[in-house]
Amino acid sequence: MNDPKAPMILMRRIEKSFGPVRANRNASLEVCAGEIHALVGENGAGKSTLMRILAGLYKPDAGIVEVNGQNVAGWSTADAIAANVGMVHQHFMLVPTLTVTENVVLGREPKRGLAIDMARALLEVQELAQQFGLDIDARSCVRDLSVGVSQRVEILKTLFRGARILILDEPTAVLSPPEIQELWKVLRRLRDGGGTIILITHKLDEVMEVSDQITVMRHGETTSRMKTSETTPAEIARAMVGRDVVLESIAPTPPAGELGTAAPRAPLLEVQNLVVAGPNRSRAVDGVTFSIHPGEILGIAGVEGNGQTELIEALAGLRSVSSGTIILGSRDVTLTSVRERSAAGLAHIPEDRQRRGLVLDYSVGDNLILGDQHEFTRGAQLDRQRIASNANTKIQHFDVRPADSMLPVRALSGGNQQKVVIAREMSGGFSVLLASQPTRGVDVGAIEFIHAQLREARTQDKAVLLVSAELSEILALSDRVAVMYGGRIVSIVPRADASKEFLGPLMTGASAA
Amino acid sequence: MRFVDFLAQVIRIAIPYLFAAAGGVMAEKAGVVSLALEGFMLSGAFAAVLGSFYSGSPWIGLLCGIVAGLLFGLVHAVASIRYRADQIVVGIAINLLVIGITRFFLRLAFDSSSNSPRVAGFSEPAQGNIFLASLSNPLVWAGLLSVPLLTWVMYRTPFGLRIRAVGEHPEAAETLGIRVPRVRYGAVALSGMLAAMGGVYLALDQHQFTDGMTAGRGFIALAAIIFGRWDPARAGIACLLFAAAETLQIQLQGTQAIPSQFVQMIPYVLTIVALAGVVKRSVPPAALGRSAD
Repeated sequence: MNDPKAPMILMRRIEKSFGPVRANRNASLEVCAGEIHALVGENGAGKSTLMRILAGLYKPDAGIVEVNGQNVAGWSTADAIAANVGMVHQHFMLVPTLTVTENVVLGREPKRGLAIDMARALLEVQELAQQFGLDIDARSCVRDLSVGVSQRVEILKTLFRGARILILDEPTAVLSPPEIQELWKVLRRLRDGGGTIILITHKLDEVMEVSDQITVMRHGETTSRMKTSETTPAEIARAMVGRDVVLESIAPTPPAGELGTAAPRAPLLEVQNLVVAGPNRSRAVDGVTFSIHPGEILGIAGVEGNGQTELIEALAGLRSVSSGTIILGSRDVTLTSVRERSAAGLAHIPEDRQRRGLVLDYSVGDNLILGDQHEFTRGAQLDRQRIASNANTKIQHFDVRPADSMLPVRALSGGNQQKVVIAREMSGGFSVLLASQPTRGVDVGAIEFIHAQLREARTQDKAVLLVSAELSEILALSDRVAVMYGGRIVSIVPRADASKEFLGPLMTGASAA
Repeated sequence: MRFVDFLAQVIRIAIPYLFAAAGGVMAEKAGVVSLALEGFMLSGAFAAVLGSFYSGSPWIGLLCGIVAGLLFGLVHAVASIRYRADQIVVGIAINLLVIGITRFFLRLAFDSSSNSPRVAGFSEPAQGNIFLASLSNPLVWAGLLSVPLLTWVMYRTPFGLRIRAVGEHPEAAETLGIRVPRVRYGAVALSGMLAAMGGVYLALDQHQFTDGMTAGRGFIALAAIIFGRWDPARAGIACLLFAAAETLQIQLQGTQAIPSQFVQMIPYVLTIVALAGVVKRSVPPAALGRSAD
């Protein structure tokens, strides 16, 4: 370890704009050698942009970037790699069709004559993985790896290039609790070996658990810097949002008195032995059975990619079913179209609002009638007046900001885009709601609002199927919790019996007790 | 007809396909759609005849053909990589451009709207044994060797590994400091040269250039690439299969048993059937047609 006082990384007054959006303004960062530094902030606060500048992927518009005392602002990824700076991206930068070894050596292949020395490459990768305690089969094809292992490959890639400064962008978003613990072990080992780690995250429990220092970002600026041992989650949250936040609303405790009140009435949604083919697997959903009663939220926990997407799409009518039945109310809707299901009382908040939920270039008003456009006509034309008045009512009721129905949805923040989707889906006369990752990429304020809406739906005796990668969200809202692994529901338990300790192992495929 | 003769005929027909498919695999693996194979071939054919006519040497012809393929490959690369034009449109444009240019220079150089005069080739036309005639043609060997050579380049060399990475996940390659545009330039330029060699073979084998003489071979090669799932060896086998169908077609035309129009359809019907049956499992490079940003 070097002199712990001297900052290894120094970023000063960084400015970076993308068109009209100022992603970083006057952002500063100081990281010392041998520490785990958490860079926290809400989505869109500019954390990733700042780190991409450090890793050489973006050039700053203005500002100083110093690594080991040298000004390197505007350097290239190749320069950054040469200076031992490595970045593990939120979306894995792995080539799925290549093997682990090929992915790791890509760009600096050991050579024998004109060809790649594959034997040596394999050996070097295996030795490196062993040295840092990363459990990886260097021969396997990346396409076949789980996200946890893929992430290890990403880390290995940076280590292979001699990285001493490691930047990780939201590394736990796709991991199960045991995998997260495994990651912390690896990071601590790296730090104790003299490495420097910058961890981008918005999860406060992670910050408290693993970091030494914290820098908070808000609206592109770095607002405060603190020592982890001297601060509290509430203080960090305040710095992130700029006001006091009721942490309980996103904390893993269910509202008291509301548990187990779902009376044994006829279920609103019944799914029996559902089998659905996915893009890569013929049984992405592999014989799933469950039902949801009025006034109940069923939460589906699980690491992403275990069939949740295919399940929701099949229920919504977007993906055809191989076998099994879906009963909505008392009607078998297994073979019906999306519109028929919607008419029968199904609402759907899709997991990717920009791909499935919204037409980004349409106005807020037009997005709010998508799917019901046939009801907003006068003769053969769209009835502009009714569309506008419909938009204004919903914008007000769901607090969409800015309150302008003519604005293209693209111009809205993630949280407000999601509110448009929710306004459209949750104001019709639905009885069953499919909510897939309803708070992904939205700010804390919008999370509070969306959670309140979901609880409101329960109070109104609707049935809600909630899929979320955030276990704390599942635990905060659900009456019953199901765990999906490998396309199957491995366990369904009442909320009272569900804890992180119980669910964690199930999410990684350990068999139900 | 003896089996060796049949085989020799198949190989003779397959050589242009093999060159074009090799070029196409390289460009498509790097993420650039190869609709211009047809144009590359035609440009190579014409330039080869031009070179051979004025120098009297087929080797000079070959060199001219390769240079022509390189030039049009670079046109393709500049338009689709540097200026991010739609790769399909660029491909079609190059095909049309080459048809026009060859027609223009055909009239200018040889004062003909249909064909060039006879030029020197590598082998004399098959008077006796086409099997032996083929053996003496270096382009036949080059074409046959292009498949294993391409396999080696793609799967054993750093350049090949980078091509595969760039065509599958350009952002990942970029984060590792690989210059994505440069790899693509290289792949498309080589692809132009390889495909042009197919045209060179075609023209020198017939000892003349005829207007539009590639007659859709670039597209058949593209079908072979898809049929071969973007793998050099499988695409090579597909080329041989298509060539075999064409040979069969030529043999059957003499028999009168079936109307000749139907017989002529055989290679094309086979192409469609092969693609329809296989295409479901045939996954293209993920970044195919997507320009890097």
